[in-house]
Order: sequence, then structure tokens, then C-alpha cells
Amino acid sequence: MSAASKTDWRPGASLQAIRARAQLLRRIRDFFAARDVLEVETPLLGRAFGTDPAIAPLIVREKAKDETWYLQSSPEFYMKRLLAAGSGPIYQISKAFRQGEVGQRHNPEFTLLEWYRPGFSAADLMRELADLMQHLLGITLTAQTRTYAACFVQYLQLDIFAADTEMLRACAVAQQIPGAADLTLARDAWLDLLWTMCIEPQLPSTQLTFITDYPASQAALAELNVHDSRTAARFELYYAGLELANGFQELTDATEQAARFHADNAQRKRAGQPVLPLDARFIAALQHGLPGCAGVAVGVDRILLAQSGLSSLDQVQTFSAERA
Amino acid sequence: MANYSTSEFRGGLKIMLDGDPCNIIENEFVKPGKGQAFNRVKIRNLKTGRVLEKTFKSNETVAAADVVERELEYLYADGAFWHFMDSENYEQYQADAAAVGEAVKWLQAQDRCQVTLWNDAPILVEAPNFVVLQVTETDPGLKGDTSGGGGKPATLETGAVVRVPLFVQTDERIKVDTRTGEYVSRVKD
Repeated sequence: MSAASKTDWRPGASLQAIRARAQLLRRIRDFFAARDVLEVETPLLGRAFGTDPAIAPLIVREKAKDETWYLQSSPEFYMKRLLAAGSGPIYQISKAFRQGEVGQRHNPEFTLLEWYRPGFSAADLMRELADLMQHLLGITLTAQTRTYAACFVQYLQLDIFAADTEMLRACAVAQQIPGAADLTLARDAWLDLLWTMCIEPQLPSTQLTFITDYPASQAALAELNVHDSRTAARFELYYAGLELANGFQELTDATEQAARFHADNAQRKRAGQPVLPLDARFIAALQHGLPGCAGVAVGVDRILLAQSGLSSLDQVQTFSAERA
Repeated sequence: MANYSTSEFRGGLKIMLDGDPCNIIENEFVKPGKGQAFNRVKIRNLKTGRVLEKTFKSNETVAAADVVERELEYLYADGAFWHFMDSENYEQYQADAAAVGEAVKWLQAQDRCQVTLWNDAPILVEAPNFVVLQVTETDPGLKGDTSGGGGKPATLETGAVVRVPLFVQTDERIKVDTRTGEYVSRVKD
């Protein structure tokens, strides 16, 4: 923690940045109102938490009742329960929490826009996301789509389907990622390293770039692709050098979902991370039936960065963790 | 000594890396939304002064380095070591040639120096930013030249050689900026 100073009470965001946020939120609501997507609100304090080993929960303990609550890292499970209950298309602007994520582009508490479209394919949703970005930024943006694997071929001449852990490591060393030779990483973590250090900085910054067909091992909550089960119907959006959004053709199979939870928890156990309780209500909702749908989560604070050209979340949040 | 997790990394933190004490200059947290987090750091090796970059897997821990900076008074050199004293508690420290490094050119008894101590031993000595030293040898300049245009070399009492204006004469005292090794002014007592 930084030592308190006399100017610590001041917001990190300028009045201009605070106004830009208010305007952005208004525009998001206008966009979805015009498309008949319902705004919803779901709990930030949940009894369960996603098992994704890359996301650590901030935990609230209520001592008197010996109860544990998890500050939600995304409203995903609740929104899918609404969809299963027949809500139709829904969106939400909410706070999300991730333990330990602090940096220029990360804050443990941040704002997510998340929406779900029953009957949409991932491609349909990418088009709508591109429309939203144009609407929010007020400029004409061209969009291009590339697969995750094609980026590795283009920028690193690497076939990720053929590469084993040793080859990925050799590539990281050859790319002179500082300290790569000393790292011990699982296969997907090597992919993450190469992606963030070598590929992401080279993606075009002045157009929307959709990255699609992530490896099945990084499917998270996406359906596997029917045409190629090595990859999943998961996409991300990059713009202005920032990772702005992550979306899925949503996995609707309750059995497969439960299996992924167990696999995540097994991985957590191996890595010495806490094993998390399965969200039985979410699984029950999938068993009841989640309509085929696509959904996406967009980092609102990062859109403000892209819009303003500022470099740190501290400049677009009133009080980032440093000042909270 | 304690350990630090990468989540505690910030500029100025002193850590051990490959057996040497280092100072973190910059720390950048990098993480894809659905993937492994890393800390990319720029580090200065406090023994060699070299700056290097390194990537850590987030949540790894590294050993803390017991490094402190003290203002110490330079006492004397005995041929092998340079001796310093903390004027608050009179504790004495001896620094070797590697620790004294470039500062040796400027040191004079009673100078107050910034000294970096690792496990209580000096590893880096910084001379005061400005020192006043006597010129022991320089060619006589042209009479009446006060422009300082061309300049000439002058040897100082510590053995350092600096460029001085032509009007500076042997036995005069001059002020030098030790960070650049440049002449600043003449000093009249």
C-alpha cells in the first residue's frame, strides 16, 4: 500500500474523464434500449464463484454466521439463470472483482458490460459488438477477424496444434522474452505468455480485431466448434492495443459444464489453489435448459482508455484500489 | 529474511535475484482475461549497476534483499579498503574497490556519501553530487582570458582530471559536479 499523502483523497480521474464515463454509460443504455435488450441486475455477493483457475476470488466472510460470500468476477452465472428462466435478451452493467489483478490495465474492482442474445451465433454477436463499438466511439471502424491459431502462424511462425510445451518454451526463448528460460509453465500458460508478450502488441490498434477459435483447452464456458473440436467458439475483441471483450457461443450442456468445473478444480488442486464449491444452482439451470445463445463481456474502463488515449485505469476510475 | 510475492512488487522494492541484491525499477502486470498472469519487471542489479528485465509468473515469491541506504561520512583509505562512519551511532563500515567504484575519484575525508548496504556491508558508494577540490596541476592559462571557451585539463588533489576554463590556476579550489565530472565554478575562501 502506498503511504497516505496530502493529495491521496483526490480522484484519479479528471472531471472530463468522469463525464466521459457518464456519457458512455448513457450510450450503452440507449443502444440496448433501441434493440429491446432488457437491463438486469444480479448479485455482486454470491454463494458460489467460477472455477476458472486464472481468476481468484475476493472473499467476504460473515463471522457471526460462519458464512462465505464471493464478490463476483462476472455476472455470468446469474444472467444464465435468468436466460434459463425465460428472460429473453438481457444486458447488465455491473462491477466485477478479481483478487490480485493490479496494474496499468487492471484493478481488482472494475466495470463490466455483459449481454446475452438467445438465438445468436458467436458471429452474430461479434457483429453486434462491432455496431456497439461504433456507436460508443462515434467513429467508423473497420473490423477484421482472425483465428487464434492463424495469429501464431503469422507472428511467430508457430503451429499451435503441432507444438508441444517444449517447442512453445523454445519459441519464447527465441523471441527473447526476458527470463523465459527460467519459467516453469503449463502448456496454456506458455501460449498466454507468447500471446501477451509477442502477439498482442502487434495487433492493429486502429481497427477492431476479433480473435476467434481459441484452443479447446482455453474454451472456458464456450461450446467446442462442431467443425473442429480442437477449438472452441470463443472470441475476443482487441482495439487500441487493449483486450476489450471476451465472448462465447455459450455452452448449454449441463453434464459437460459440470465436467469442466471438476477439471478446473483438479487443476486448482495441482497448482495449490483453493478448490471452489460448484455452483449447483447454475448447473440446475442448465439442466432445466439454457436456450442456445451467445454472450459477451466488455471491459467498460478499458473502452474509456481506448476512447481517451489515457494509459492507466487510475485515470478513468474515480478511485482505483490505490486511492480507495 | 522475508519473501515477497509478485503482488507486492513495486518500484523501489529490493529483492534477491541469482544471488545478487536488486532494486525493482518498474513492474508491469500482464494478464489475458482468461489466462495466466505475469509480472514483467525491470530490475537494477545493485552490485553491478546493470539493468535487466525479467518475467515472473504471478504469485511466485522471491527472497527479499536486506538492503538499506545510509548517509555515511568518509574517513580514510588504508590501501585495501575505504572506511566510512555513521555519524549518528559512530558505527564504521569498510567498502572495497568494487563498492567504491567511480566515487574513488572524488572522495575526500569528511565527505558525506550515500552508501548502499547489503547485509550491513557497503556495495555501492555514491560521492556527494558536488565536491570542492584543489587543483594540483594545470598549464598556466593565457592572461586575461575569462571566457572559458576552449578549456584545458586540470589534475585535482584526489587524482581526478577535469576540464577547466583557461583562467583556472594551480592551487585554486574548484567545484565539480561528480555526476557528470564537469567543472562548475571557482571557489574563493
